[in-house]
Amino acid sequence: MSTASADLRTTRRRWWGRQPIGSLFALPYLVFVVTIFAYPLGFAVWIAFHDYFFTAPGVDVPKPFVGFDNFAAVLTDPQVLESFRNIGVFLVINVPLTVVLSLVLATALDGGIRWAAGYRIAFYVPYLTASVSLVGVWMLLFSSGGLVNSVLGPLAPDPSWLVNSSLAMPSIALFVTWKQLGFYILLYLAALQGVPRELHESAETDGANAWQRFRNVTVPGVRGTTVLVLVLAIITGANLFTEPYLLTNGGGPDGASVTPVLLIYQRGIQQQNPDTAAAIGMLLVIVVGVLSLAANRINRER
Amino acid sequence: MMHPRLAGTAALLTAVALTAACSSGGGGGDGGTSPSGTGPITVWLSNNEQEVGWGQDVVDAWNAEHPDEEVTAQEIPAGSSSEEAITAAITAGTAPCLVYNISSAAVPGWVRQGGLVNLSQFEDGASYVEERVGEGAQTYLTDDGYYQLPWKSNPVMVMYNKTVFEEAGIDPENPDMATYDDFLAGSRKIVESGAADSAIWPSPTNEFFQPWFDFYPLYLAESGGTPLVEDQAATFDDENGRAVADFWATIYAEGLAPQEASTDDAMSAGTTAMQLAGPWAIASYAESVDVGFMPVPTSDGEAEPVTFADSKNVSMFTACENQATAWEFLKFSTSEESDGKLLEATGQMPLRTDLATTYADYFAANPSYEVFADQAERTGDVPSIPNSVEVWQAFRDAYSSAVIFGKTSVDEFLSGAAETVTGLVQG
Repeated sequence: MSTASADLRTTRRRWWGRQPIGSLFALPYLVFVVTIFAYPLGFAVWIAFHDYFFTAPGVDVPKPFVGFDNFAAVLTDPQVLESFRNIGVFLVINVPLTVVLSLVLATALDGGIRWAAGYRIAFYVPYLTASVSLVGVWMLLFSSGGLVNSVLGPLAPDPSWLVNSSLAMPSIALFVTWKQLGFYILLYLAALQGVPRELHESAETDGANAWQRFRNVTVPGVRGTTVLVLVLAIITGANLFTEPYLLTNGGGPDGASVTPVLLIYQRGIQQQNPDTAAAIGMLLVIVVGVLSLAANRINRER
Repeated sequence: MMHPRLAGTAALLTAVALTAACSSGGGGGDGGTSPSGTGPITVWLSNNEQEVGWGQDVVDAWNAEHPDEEVTAQEIPAGSSSEEAITAAITAGTAPCLVYNISSAAVPGWVRQGGLVNLSQFEDGASYVEERVGEGAQTYLTDDGYYQLPWKSNPVMVMYNKTVFEEAGIDPENPDMATYDDFLAGSRKIVESGAADSAIWPSPTNEFFQPWFDFYPLYLAESGGTPLVEDQAATFDDENGRAVADFWATIYAEGLAPQEASTDDAMSAGTTAMQLAGPWAIASYAESVDVGFMPVPTSDGEAEPVTFADSKNVSMFTACENQATAWEFLKFSTSEESDGKLLEATGQMPLRTDLATTYADYFAANPSYEVFADQAERTGDVPSIPNSVEVWQAFRDAYSSAVIFGKTSVDEFLSGAAETVTGLVQG
């Protein structure tokens, strides 16, 4: 009898953990993750392998299993391949720029420069502001007759920034770098508090100059945060939508800034082909996952 | 060996995927409710202020006479477009009985979803539509049924700024720009004289519906009303399509129209002299710009060309329980009297054969709208075809590349887009 009740207790403990109250508090979040994240993800995987479209409730139409057909369709679609290439261009510019600029600026702010609080606000305000309104400002700056071209005069690119196939994606990459910078600076500022001052002092005693201290004390000291920044920048960048939708008029010019998420929106929502949209989504999940793992691995090995 | 926590997560994800698979594969039932149901209904209106005002008046008039069949009017829920909000509502089963803002291009997709009621199944359904619209009614057939009631049109014409025209040395009362050659000559005058930075500014953005406001009105005019797709094949890879595409390509190549979207209202700002617009523009620019209207140009200067109707129609949704009430209210709200009130409130043209004569008093009192009443007699619409939105998006992508940005030739665009479009239509 006593053995049985002990078994029951063990089973209960296994289910609820050592802190049942704590598990109870965590339950709402678990429900949230399951309903908002896990269920849609599972559903999307299912959709990607079927000939699927949205129907009114009660409408019974066949949605047959089609194997990898949707994946074959999107992988042979030049527009989809171009969208992944465009994201590649974006990440190559945006990710290194984000990591370098945010670390350098955070180090400068941490070093006690004058008006540090003012700079902090200036860096953080773009992050807080809605992308839609900032896009409006950038359009005024970078349109053909905009401020930037007026300043550049004869040096202004032709065609202008946002309608130039070679410059559209780099322009978006710069915009996103600038917009997100404040958040990453904040992450690095927090990390820099954790780098012991003694290390800097002893390095200084050993004759290290400012660059050497930055290179050999600061950079290794915030490596964990660098991984986080890399992964977040890759995820945010790969999910690019608002900027190509608004800043370059729906992935223009001539598809030079089309992104996978813009295509998912067009195919899944506008054109009512959620099956191919889900297949693009799955490919994106795989690409982002691999890139994030690679970022993690490379940083660990260093 | 798999870590227990990892195994748990994997099991959870598998369970979720299986649940998703089971729940989405199911369904059942015939999806329809009896068209005989009567009782309260809900209708959605576009968020245009004048249309909402008109809708509320019509609803109030109906409710006063039908206390047991009360109608509630709401604006279409916010979304990046009404089509997206409606698609979501159909999927969720929360669509109202009627929506007064249906674009023909979206109808085939919603029919496939099982979201729309075939109005032809009402005893007087098909006859009501055909009496209202006349011969043009065929355009609105989907799978041999009327899933939309043609309601109102905004025939597209060339709107121009009279002051800018005068500055450029063009007679604003008689611009004489009906042929492509004259239109291009006038456009060059506008830009070269510095009267405006650009002659015309169609939105060069990449949305699927943008062809309706640059290529398509001119194509309908040039071809005498041939739709983009006929008998399950693209029609535009011919001399008409080539003439229109060459015309716009010249406009862009000579810098007469910008390749970028305007950061403000180009007409009000005076940065362009012309726009393609419907009668809604008369009220919109009444305070800011002295505007005139002329028919869209054709290669040989056709005096009475066809143009794009830009119609908005009414559909009934399968989620509606009281479909008999909905049908009666639909007829009530599109009666001669209600249409007259719509015209007065919004300046948009009810889609009916007898427009100019039925509302002769209105057009006598509002002569600026008369030109649109005349144009409304000669309109074409988007064809009701499978994969409609995909077709227009594919067309736009190819047009954008060749005509706006000059990356490919017009011939490549026409043959390539026609092949893609025909492929999509034939499924």
